[in-house]
Amino acid sequence: MSAHDASADSAIDTVVLVVNGERRTVDVDDPRMPLVFVLRDRLGLRGTKLSCGCGECGACAVLVDGVEERACMLAIGDLDGSTVTTIEGIGDGGTLHPVQVALLAEQASQCGYCLPGIVVAASALLARDPDPSETTIATTLAGHLCRCGTYGRVVRALRRAAVATKGRAT
Amino acid sequence: MNGSPPAPVDRWLSIDRDGAVHVFVGKVDLGTGIRTALAQIVADELDVPLDAVHVVEGQTGITPDQGRTVGSQSLQSGAPPLRAAAATARKILLERAAKQLGVGVERLVTRDGVVSVAGDEATQIAYGALAEGGFGREVDAEVPLRSAATYRWVGTSVPRVDLPDKVRGAFALVHDIALPAMWHARLVRPPAVGARLVEVDATSIAGFPDVRIVREGDFLAVAARDQWRTLEAARTLVTRWSGGGLPDQSEVYERLRGEASTEAVTRDDGALDAAFAKTKAHEATYRWPFQSHGSLGPPCAVADVRTDGATIWCASQGVYLLRARLAELLALPEDAISVVYEEGSGCFGDNGTDEAAIEAARISCALGAPVRLQWTLAEQLGWDPKGPAMLSTLRGALRAGRIVGWEHAVWTPPHFRLHGAVPAPRADAVAGDRNATVDYAIGAQRVVVHIAPHAALQQSALRSLGAAHNVFANESFFDELAFDAGADPLRFRLDHLDDSRARAVLERVAELAVWRGGEPYTDGPLLCGRGIAFARYDGHGAYVAAITSCAVDTASGRIDVREIAIAHDCGLIVNPDGLRNQIEGNAIQATSRALLEEVHFDRERVTSTDWSRYPILRFPDAPTVRISLIDRPEQPALGAGEPTTIVIAPAIANAVFAATGVRLREVPFSAARYLAERGELRNVTISSMRPSDRVRSN
Ligand code: FES
Ligand code: FES
Repeated sequence: MSAHDASADSAIDTVVLVVNGERRTVDVDDPRMPLVFVLRDRLGLRGTKLSCGCGECGACAVLVDGVEERACMLAIGDLDGSTVTTIEGIGDGGTLHPVQVALLAEQASQCGYCLPGIVVAASALLARDPDPSETTIATTLAGHLCRCGTYGRVVRALRRAAVATKGRAT
Repeated sequence: MNGSPPAPVDRWLSIDRDGAVHVFVGKVDLGTGIRTALAQIVADELDVPLDAVHVVEGQTGITPDQGRTVGSQSLQSGAPPLRAAAATARKILLERAAKQLGVGVERLVTRDGVVSVAGDEATQIAYGALAEGGFGREVDAEVPLRSAATYRWVGTSVPRVDLPDKVRGAFALVHDIALPAMWHARLVRPPAVGARLVEVDATSIAGFPDVRIVREGDFLAVAARDQWRTLEAARTLVTRWSGGGLPDQSEVYERLRGEASTEAVTRDDGALDAAFAKTKAHEATYRWPFQSHGSLGPPCAVADVRTDGATIWCASQGVYLLRARLAELLALPEDAISVVYEEGSGCFGDNGTDEAAIEAARISCALGAPVRLQWTLAEQLGWDPKGPAMLSTLRGALRAGRIVGWEHAVWTPPHFRLHGAVPAPRADAVAGDRNATVDYAIGAQRVVVHIAPHAALQQSALRSLGAAHNVFANESFFDELAFDAGADPLRFRLDHLDDSRARAVLERVAELAVWRGGEPYTDGPLLCGRGIAFARYDGHGAYVAAITSCAVDTASGRIDVREIAIAHDCGLIVNPDGLRNQIEGNAIQATSRALLEEVHFDRERVTSTDWSRYPILRFPDAPTVRISLIDRPEQPALGAGEPTTIVIAPAIANAVFAATGVRLREVPFSAARYLAERGELRNVTISSMRPSDRVRSN
């Protein structure tokens, strides 16, 4: 917010984040502002979606220092120096991440509102467990809601991604 | 409203010099993939490459008015006029080519957007050159259409055009539109439904810089420069309201019965009294609760209202109707307003999107600046119009293993509301009667629809409208009669069906699921069973049959739907994988509605306002869905999606009965309800249950 804001609790502070590999400095007038609003409204990264705003749906999932977090539950004031990966930072430049390739191959989406959060979570899952079972995938993603009912397709896609990645590694 | 009057071809499509085809459609893609399917249809009718086709949806003044995008009807009613326009366009192009090349039309062939002379492919002209200056003719409703044998795109699983951007998070939904100098707004809702605003204490948010309050009567909103500050200001603002409130939730079904003021007999074969006189009737009552749309992305809209005109970006299912309402509200001529469809989150009916657009426009008008307004999830679950509660009592009489008498009395409010206004009661209760009639060959059938003018909670259209409840009641009751007759539920259905397409889906699903008469089995301590259900959507739509496999933990009462097999016939299939995606999604959502979903409210407002208090199915609980499609290229394409929704709840209830002998007659099938029905937890009070309805539990 602009510098002429006069109220006592809106003293300007800055927070430095590394977002998708880029150093970003954010002016903070309210340290309680959740990361999801910083990403969407301040940094223009609107791939991350807001739904429940209270940690129950996974639509806003991002990686903070490599760990899946709910961007609606993280206050910007606590994040100085953190590394954040959003959906825009998944994949390598123009190349899709294997998770994205597999989701496309299975046509595993409808409206896609849940999709950025699922892609972020799935990429983290495969990074730590390259060959998760269907049950592991489903339990790992239990915090991600999809109202359009694409669960089955997403699980199939992630199995496909696991197999494809393994194929490449051997 | 669904078709369209004759219109110039140019209103439906244009072809650029480079061959790019722009198609203007009044139907919109609600996340269902319809954009891709319509492109396939146009590509085949015009005979152009699929990637040459670009679909422009729902934009007032630009796309044709094709009414609202509802009821999984876009292919059934939205595609035919488009197809006729494309066929007319191709005919015009062929005529022009014949003239330019100096040969008869009958000697010309088309391929990939090029007209050439048969046998002399070098003599050719591209569509782009032929289409210059537009078409300048009306759509010919009688134009011959290309035969299914020529299709290259229709009938194939071409990937959806929207998903490459969606997997990268690069697809801009309406939620992602940002205008320069835009305000973020949200409503301040009353503590009780219908309360009047008495006082607003603006000083309570004086500490928030750059925040505006908009108040018009009981309409109260705050706006700030970013969404977070808006939410905080709305939370902090001190307001005083008076009055308002809701009826007691435990009386919902009694009130529905008591308030019904119109009665319509939608089917009466006569001879019913005679049928019931000779045989003891079996009777049962079924209940369906208020349910929420539960869109993952709550309604959102962006409005830029100026003194001489306005633009509103929103995910409306009917941009022209919304424009008419906005014109009234903003006192602007209709043609000064542009309503632009931008895809939102899956809406599954009237989830409040138009309301959000109207609110954004009012606030933008008051502020004289562009406004973005996104409901919170609590607002959506608390304040969007609900799929209404319904109640049915069925009576049936058997003789010699056949149903000779069947009566269905249903109580329902209208399932529709447009911008706050409920239509006057009419015979069909605006789809409250959908699928109340069964398509079985039954001695005598009578259907009576009792229509209440309104519901306890503001109601509107939720996926499949009255059909979800009506088929739950009919197909559960059909199983009850099969049980009384000592018949296999599949056989019993086939014995009452003449329509070969109906029989085909039942036979196909039985094959897919390897049906063996529905006998129970066990898995460790769990009692398992399978249930079947069939319906033809709305009496003239797609045919669907489902078999669910369920496991019941009789100690906890938990019901697990493990697998759903579905056979589906919607005539011509445009995109098999897209269709499967819709069927699977509907099956999973319908499982969620059947097992978990009921909107609760206290005497003031809805209390099911987050995902803990309005739980929906999550990843680990999703059943495996297996699908068998019956393609009938010679038949018209019927709507798909919703037809699957309606067979799921009864197939689950029938499976639970097969597994345990407990008949569930009220949705949702929660563990508590199962245990109560089984009679073990005599102290559990489920407000809306009456013992008289449990004619035959166990
Ligand atoms: S929006 Fe963050 S978890 Fe739902
Ligand atoms: S695809 Fe619509 S919420 Fe998941």
